[in-house]
Amino acid sequence: MKKIKILPLVFAGIIIMGSSAFAKCGINSGKISVLANDFPALHAVVSTAEECAGGGVTFSKNHTAKHLEISVPALTANPAQYSVKIVANSSIVPLLNNDLIRPLNDLVAKYGQHLKKNQLITVDGKIMAIAFMANAQHLFVRKDILDQVGHDIPKTYEEVLAACKAIRDAGIMQYPFAMLSKPDWNLGEEFVNMYLGHGGVFFKPGSAEPAVNNKKGVATLKMLKALTSYSNPDFLTFNSATVAPIWEAGNLALAELWGSTGGQILDAKGSTEKITSNTLLVSAPRVGGGKIPASSLWWDGFTIARNISEKDAEASFRAMLHGISDEMVKKNNDKSVWLMDAYVPGKAAAGVFATASGGSQPYPMLPYMGILHMASSKELPDFLQGNESAEQTLADIEAAYISGAKEKGFL
Amino acid sequence: MPHRTFIYFILPSLLSMILLIAVPVFSVIVQSFFVEHEQVLIEVENCNPFKCVKSLSVDQQAGAKLRQEAPLGRFNGINTYTNRNHLAFDEVALAWMESKSLVDFGAKLLNLPFYKALLFTLTYTFIVSPFVLIFGLAIALGVNGLPKFVKGPSIFVSLLPMIVTPLIGSLILFWMIDAKGILGSTLQLIFDDNNLSLKASMPLTWVMLIVYGIWHSTPFAFIVLYAGLQTVPQETLEAASIDGATRWERIRHVTVPHMVPLIIFITLMQLMDNFRVFEPIVGFSASAKATSLSWIIFNDLHGDSKLFGSAAASSIMTIIGVMILLMPVLIRSWKNFNIKLH
Repeated sequence: MKKIKILPLVFAGIIIMGSSAFAKCGINSGKISVLANDFPALHAVVSTAEECAGGGVTFSKNHTAKHLEISVPALTANPAQYSVKIVANSSIVPLLNNDLIRPLNDLVAKYGQHLKKNQLITVDGKIMAIAFMANAQHLFVRKDILDQVGHDIPKTYEEVLAACKAIRDAGIMQYPFAMLSKPDWNLGEEFVNMYLGHGGVFFKPGSAEPAVNNKKGVATLKMLKALTSYSNPDFLTFNSATVAPIWEAGNLALAELWGSTGGQILDAKGSTEKITSNTLLVSAPRVGGGKIPASSLWWDGFTIARNISEKDAEASFRAMLHGISDEMVKKNNDKSVWLMDAYVPGKAAAGVFATASGGSQPYPMLPYMGILHMASSKELPDFLQGNESAEQTLADIEAAYISGAKEKGFL
Repeated sequence: MPHRTFIYFILPSLLSMILLIAVPVFSVIVQSFFVEHEQVLIEVENCNPFKCVKSLSVDQQAGAKLRQEAPLGRFNGINTYTNRNHLAFDEVALAWMESKSLVDFGAKLLNLPFYKALLFTLTYTFIVSPFVLIFGLAIALGVNGLPKFVKGPSIFVSLLPMIVTPLIGSLILFWMIDAKGILGSTLQLIFDDNNLSLKASMPLTWVMLIVYGIWHSTPFAFIVLYAGLQTVPQETLEAASIDGATRWERIRHVTVPHMVPLIIFITLMQLMDNFRVFEPIVGFSASAKATSLSWIIFNDLHGDSKLFGSAAASSIMTIIGVMILLMPVLIRSWKNFNIKLH
């Protein structure tokens, strides 16, 4: 019998096994780079997509809270600096306005047959993004403190105010409430949510003219002011990063926070058993006799840049599909409210689910909504500090919006 | 030095200044006269995970053609400078006609973003600059009089506030003055007021920003004046003390007049730097209480709707503001220079 040379065979076997490990997601080559916001759910998705790297596929990622600033310039470059941008309802709008992302219909037909219909974000029939998670701002409550003052879980903001008053009168906490009121994008979001809860409409139908200076706008501002009176006087510095530690230290009884903060607040780190076990995540409250929760629904999804080669686009799409696969969902179930079927809703998702089933409106995906959002962030602090009337503030918001919209060419 | 040698000597600096300063500023001036093209909106159906809704979206084809023909945008002329976000001529005229008193007019004026920012910027500039000079001189005189072995370490310690990155320094101070921070709770104890919060009150926030500004910029004045102190002629000082001058009189009549060129230099630098105040406002998250010209430029370029023309107009007005501020000092320097020549 001829001596079969074992060693070369072994080497060949290792090489074959190795290269098939490199072609893990079935991708052979391509340059993938991801730009995304910086929170745990997105870290989970992108690091799972990163498993596709190797053997001709290069992968780089950039998680930054400043992604909004750099997305338009980075994707305008040709070739685009990033092939994948993870977006939400509002951050997809400047990319759509400037034609920086490509339709995904062909890629979905080829590789994405398993995607659910509600994951496909379409504009005029073109699939522009694949959504993978939902988020919304909703109410966080400390059940034990509410029991102490004999109040039920509030279903409306009026009940929230009553509960806060009871907590303050009982001497438990002087400032039991917090919302994300930092005068950047956060404060504008509070205005949008409360205004939607009052059933308000932002623009005159079919045009870009603002329509917020009305009774509903005034009621919105008055409710926001009433809520801030139960907030620590430093409320104009509150964003998710500052409020979550305050909650975990047990210094808040009611708060309106992002659902995606739920995972951080409910986990065992940074807080005591007493606080985490008594923290309940419930639907955003209704307000002013309205029928829907005073919140807006958000989706996060990925988009593929237009200014890249077809090969890179295909590689990026397939890598991101791997990033949102069922295995990823199973390993990171509680990090977010995933839209995929493999998701099992847990305690941290209860608030977002309740808000969505209550009929909350999705954040408007209009091209000029961002201008109105930033205008309200700029003008609201004056009202909240008691420097001017509600009508004056709404007039200022509309005036600031109009000069911004004129400059952007919408008016 | 013959003129030719002089030109060759400064040619590299001149070239880089033209390329890196003059050309960009000219480009910003041009940009400030343009706004974006009118967007053509078409009705489309947007579908998201929650529902499908009829909405408006930007028509890309029509927009692309416009942008190819006129890449700079629509010519807006001086209108960007006079719109509500800047000099607000229309709103100011309306406020003037509607106000019953000067105080009322002032309140209406301060409602406009540019004037609100201008007021804080000017207050900051005209309070921080003189204090920086005075404290810098005091510290320089103090360190100059120390024994030799302590001088080195005290110079190092005096320089520290300037070395700390502005953003980090202001963040550290921000957490210290929090109601639960060390400075904040000490102040609450001193004033016996549990509701005292530096961050919540506008005048106190301004005071805090100004104190931070003085703390941060004093080392610059200190080091320049300290170097100047080494060149004060000893004979004049000795003659003055023999004549019976006290230490204070010697400083006032010998040291300070000798250092006038340095004082003018520091004043120039401080006026320019303080007019561009920006980092403390970001570090202290104080934008609700205090905005500055640099901050409104940053705010225009912030977020997803970037207003380039508006930011360019604010930048040009900041440059013009700095030139106006520096006029008196430059005129005085020019006069001194002419006196020395003739």
